[in-house]
Amino acid sequence: MVKEQEFLEKKASYCLSLAKKLGATGTSVVVKNSVSETVNFRNKKLDESNRSDDLGISITTYIGKKKSSISSSNLLTDNLNVLIEKCVETTKNTPEDEFNSLPDRDLLAKEVKDLDLYDDTHIENDQKINYLKKLEDAASHDKKIVNTESSFTQNKSNFVLANTEGFSDGYKTSSFTASSVTVAKDEKSMERDYEYSNKCFLKDLDDADKLGKLAADQTIRKLSPQKIGSEKIAIIFDKRIAKGILSTFASAISSSAVSRGTSFLKDKVNQKIFSDKINVFDKPDMLKALGSRNFDSEGVKTDTLKLVDQGILKNYLIDTYNGKKLNLKSNGRCGGTSNLYFENGDINFKDLLNSNSKSLYITETIGHGTNIVTGDYSVGATGFLVENGEFKYPINEITIAGNFKDMFQNITLANDLEFKYATNSPTMLIEGMVVAGK
Amino acid sequence: MSNFFEKSDLSRKEAEGIISDTLRKCDDGELYLENSKSESILLDDNKIKNSSYNSDLGFGFRAISDEVVAYSHSNEISKNSLKKSSENLKSTLKSVKGTYNHKIPKSNKKYYDNINPIEQKSLNEKIKILNDVNDYLRSKDDKVKQVTANFLGEQKSVEIIRSGGETLSDVRPLVRFNVSVMVEKDGRKETGVYGVGGRQSYDSYLKDENWKSVCDEALRIASVNLESKPAPAGEMKVVLGPGWPAILIHEAVGHGLEGDFNRKKTSAFHNLMGQKVASEGVTIIDDGTIGKRRGSLTIDDEGTPTEKTVLIENGILKNFMQDRLNARLMKTRSTGSGRRENYRHIVLPRMRNTMMLSGKQTQEEMIKAVDKGIFAVSFGGGQVDITSGKFVFNCTEAYEIVNGKIGSPIKGATLIGDGPSILKEVSMVGNDMMMDPGIGTCGKAGQGVPVGVAQPSILINRMTVGGTKL
Repeated sequence: MVKEQEFLEKKASYCLSLAKKLGATGTSVVVKNSVSETVNFRNKKLDESNRSDDLGISITTYIGKKKSSISSSNLLTDNLNVLIEKCVETTKNTPEDEFNSLPDRDLLAKEVKDLDLYDDTHIENDQKINYLKKLEDAASHDKKIVNTESSFTQNKSNFVLANTEGFSDGYKTSSFTASSVTVAKDEKSMERDYEYSNKCFLKDLDDADKLGKLAADQTIRKLSPQKIGSEKIAIIFDKRIAKGILSTFASAISSSAVSRGTSFLKDKVNQKIFSDKINVFDKPDMLKALGSRNFDSEGVKTDTLKLVDQGILKNYLIDTYNGKKLNLKSNGRCGGTSNLYFENGDINFKDLLNSNSKSLYITETIGHGTNIVTGDYSVGATGFLVENGEFKYPINEITIAGNFKDMFQNITLANDLEFKYATNSPTMLIEGMVVAGK
Repeated sequence: MSNFFEKSDLSRKEAEGIISDTLRKCDDGELYLENSKSESILLDDNKIKNSSYNSDLGFGFRAISDEVVAYSHSNEISKNSLKKSSENLKSTLKSVKGTYNHKIPKSNKKYYDNINPIEQKSLNEKIKILNDVNDYLRSKDDKVKQVTANFLGEQKSVEIIRSGGETLSDVRPLVRFNVSVMVEKDGRKETGVYGVGGRQSYDSYLKDENWKSVCDEALRIASVNLESKPAPAGEMKVVLGPGWPAILIHEAVGHGLEGDFNRKKTSAFHNLMGQKVASEGVTIIDDGTIGKRRGSLTIDDEGTPTEKTVLIENGILKNFMQDRLNARLMKTRSTGSGRRENYRHIVLPRMRNTMMLSGKQTQEEMIKAVDKGIFAVSFGGGQVDITSGKFVFNCTEAYEIVNGKIGSPIKGATLIGDGPSILKEVSMVGNDMMMDPGIGTCGKAGQGVPVGVAQPSILINRMTVGGTKL
């Protein structure tokens, strides 16, 4: 089972005091343990079981404005002694950086709420196998499905974060994930698609039948795709792709990209970067939510942030180091966002599909064509041609391209937001992008 | 060499006993032990931003019966921990009746030296080079607004203990040096990235101020991009430059030739063995035996010596890349392609150094043969959907070709194509094969492993370019 708080705290405080003894003027340490058990199925048969027990420690030592860090999976005292000595020695030899420091004491989290992120339920492999059998039966209901792979993972984690400013806290989290990947085939093509469910609590996990059937249906509808011509066209992003566009926005407002001058959203606070109706929130204290946290990875308290208000950028995501560099206070976003989402738009999914006589509905993108320095975006895409609100036929081997500066100004959101991931978006329409095909 | 049992309550003999007992009647399996030490030193925004050191130790215990793989890993090399893993494996494989136990072939060849690159250069020397890189680039061109440079070094010791006590081991050095430059002119910002690396000391790449050539190349790419105009959109001819653009081969064809996808029949290539999958003159190999290259391995992560595997010979599909599991189930032999990111992961068949061999034409002839198209010199990342065969990658340096001549640089172009058909569209193969500079990492099933690629210039008759200019 996952290690208890007491064990992790003891290791952390040992490291803090040894680093101090060796000459560090400030230290922070994270000790974590994560135990996962996975069962994989393929074509209705057991394919793989995997148990992992990961223990890890990472230590950052400061001597004045000098800083260095080490990490290890070996928590034996002998090894920690060698590593901490090496870390302090390296710190001494690393040049000063005026912005290096532990977080300000008054910003550290004091009250730690119970966000209900840990489910003590243990699901045995046999139960996982039963779930996956049911899932794969549902996934192979159609003869066009020629391969099914599915997986069930239980993860339990615990951690302690401690520093020499007096912070020491941590908590357990759990996650249960089931996924289904199916391959469908007809005379002309072979296609793959997936569906998954990931929850903090076992009882909230999607029903096996539903998951398997959804994966299969989503795969079969992709069969016999066509390629279309190159043109300017309205694009509708399925929720699973739309959330990626929100993640790009988050990278572009991270204080590290802004302070280095490598973001297309630098110096845009209080400016209108999205269309009027767009609001973006980052809310860390949602109960049982995948992105919830009590404090960030430096121990700084995290409050809900309204990042975008009526299209206007209100905040960057700020950590201690880059905050000092930008002359701003940390807002508890070291390590990124928590539960990040676009607020619902005011039209329903059907009306969104109908808002142009012809549009492309994108369900998958491939490639790494996102450039946050320039805002340029160009990726391979798979999806469907939509005409007069109806899905006509599947499309692939095309690319879609634009620049986020323009794309953000042309977003319309549906009112179908769900909290399925840590970052969530309703279905999204963007006008004026370019498709390259034939 | 690491002695994995030195500080443990578990002796080698006891470990061998547990391994033999657990793997009795299994088709395959092993205890994989790994000790890795790695460092990262980063200069960014005029400062040493990060100096970190990681030491990682752990084991992965694997038992295989027929198609079923049971795996368990832990950081604690102890009697208790190994026994717990053993019980976990036994509980998955309830009834085993395996017979396979093919011997691991032996080889005395080594493809890199037993060194620890981290220790071979002091921290102060590394910091000095990074500061010199920063000063050099910023003084060379006042358009330079941001410089990032880093050292990544690693020494990984692995040991594989099989049922009966057979033991195989390897010590693998790996370094990488990277420079990224952002330039700005008239409010427009562009970046250029370049790096070098492989399985030897930092000095093999950086001595005599060789680092300057890495800086120059990063700056050159960034400066070219400053002058770039929007890329065209649509189907056209594409000339790929030699070297790193071979990641096209890696994505478009390489992944589809890995054993697991073909055993499961989810690769677009699974029923094409012995058939013509590429134009005549196209030969592609995957080679783990090139001295000191990033993708080379003395033995793979199952202990099998690596080899030079011919995948496509003169257009005909000859072999898939195999680990032991997929080789056994497909009734063939391992090609020494069984790899894992580290002890936390199961073995998968993976690429090593994937290379298209030289042909007879010159790059000049290819450019001349294109009325309207693009010339792609360097790429960022790529990705493939194994099942549909569609792949993409992003150009980081590319030019338009107009009437047989290289024209303006173009920006942000994505190329998309179809893996099984792309090699049939290759109409010229150059005489200028080149290895990449040693920077590739391949991702599959959440595992990243170092790889290499190589190719000559090639002309592809038809590909879709995903620009914004209609």
